[in-house]
Amino acid sequence: MTDDCDHNRLLLQAEHDGELNPANAAELAAHLAACPACAATRLEMAELSRRLRAEVPYHHAPGALHARIAAQLAATNRAPTTPRMPLHRQLPGFAAGLAMAAAVALAILPMRGADIGDQVVGSHIRALQAAHLVDVASSDQHQVKPWFDGRLDYAPPVRDLAAQGFPLEGGRLDYLDGRPVSALVYRRARHAIDLFIWPAASHRERAPAGRVTSGYNLVRWSEGDMVFWAVSDLAQQELDEFVRLWRSAR
Amino acid sequence: MPQDGPLPPGLEQALLGNLNAAHNLARWLVRDPAAAEDVVQEAMLRAIRYAASWRGGDGRAWLLEIVRNTAHGWLAARRHRQEVPMDETPGAEAPDPAPDPEAALSGRQERLGLAAAVAALPVELRECLVLREFEELSYRDIARVTGVPIGTVMSRLWRARRALLGTRAERIEA
Ligand SMILES: [Zn+2]
Repeated sequence: MTDDCDHNRLLLQAEHDGELNPANAAELAAHLAACPACAATRLEMAELSRRLRAEVPYHHAPGALHARIAAQLAATNRAPTTPRMPLHRQLPGFAAGLAMAAAVALAILPMRGADIGDQVVGSHIRALQAAHLVDVASSDQHQVKPWFDGRLDYAPPVRDLAAQGFPLEGGRLDYLDGRPVSALVYRRARHAIDLFIWPAASHRERAPAGRVTSGYNLVRWSEGDMVFWAVSDLAQQELDEFVRLWRSAR
Repeated sequence: MPQDGPLPPGLEQALLGNLNAAHNLARWLVRDPAAAEDVVQEAMLRAIRYAASWRGGDGRAWLLEIVRNTAHGWLAARRHRQEVPMDETPGAEAPDPAPDPEAALSGRQERLGLAAAVAALPVELRECLVLREFEELSYRDIARVTGVPIGTVMSRLWRARRALLGTRAERIEA
């Protein structure tokens, strides 16, 4: 095994995958003619590909899944166009699509018996992973608030805390407990804060209570007719401060 | 911006046409049948919401990128929740990533077969292998789906194959 072989192994793999640059083909051919080890590797790679196709199962989508997805796509395409939002020239039946989407989301979330706090953390992590924290990117609460109009059957309160060191970055639609909910996104240095808001089942006010799940800090409270969950990898004191500021801002 | 209405022409066909690829990738990434269906459904929701980012064409790499990110989100959530995997072949489950998983693999391959050896690859090697060998994506598309440079794709593919070739490749290198 030589450095030359190291280099040529990637070339022979590229040849195997149909990605070899013609400029390198002559170089590879010369090496293979002189190096039995690489020539053997080339045959083994071909044999491995053959065995992978012959012995390893290909997981076709189950029929029921195919039917669900097909119905979902058909429903989305059938959605009526009912202009009612000034922000969008045409707002087709996003809400109708959403109701269907929420029904699908019911099957997806929670991740098997997760409580709401676990779901909140899961949604936060998935948004971070997908780099899709915001659907509407704006630091202006007067742009973020109307964006939810027509997308939800309630109007979440939106407040900016830029002056207090927690600038609003925007909002997104998420799914929790089988229903679409609003998530407001704030930033503190390099940390993102998700604030989930949805209508409360009762009007009981609940003072903020914190907990830690999977390394994320959570604070939950109820106020007016809404439930609030803040989640972040911020330190607990800083998240508490965020919640205090948010509740006192108007 | 989320999709605000009927899908762009051709996208419905593109999504359905790539449903098997989406499911196969999800299944190999999360290694759990029920979770794979959840991941595919959620990825389809995301694809619908972000239909505006579809650039036409067969949509394969575009959809698989969404599926891949959704699956990694699911894996991260599971890690954070410290759940035990549900349906693993005993002995086939390797932590993601193990310190030297390739070396540990070669002995097990003989006993568990090629499918188990693929399932036991570290996820960053496994996804490159599945996208290349089963979906026949180009290096460029694999790089896009997995979010790494093409050179990294090539070296991960090589490491995956070397691990699957097992003892015979080890002997050649010795
Ligand atoms: Zn050589």
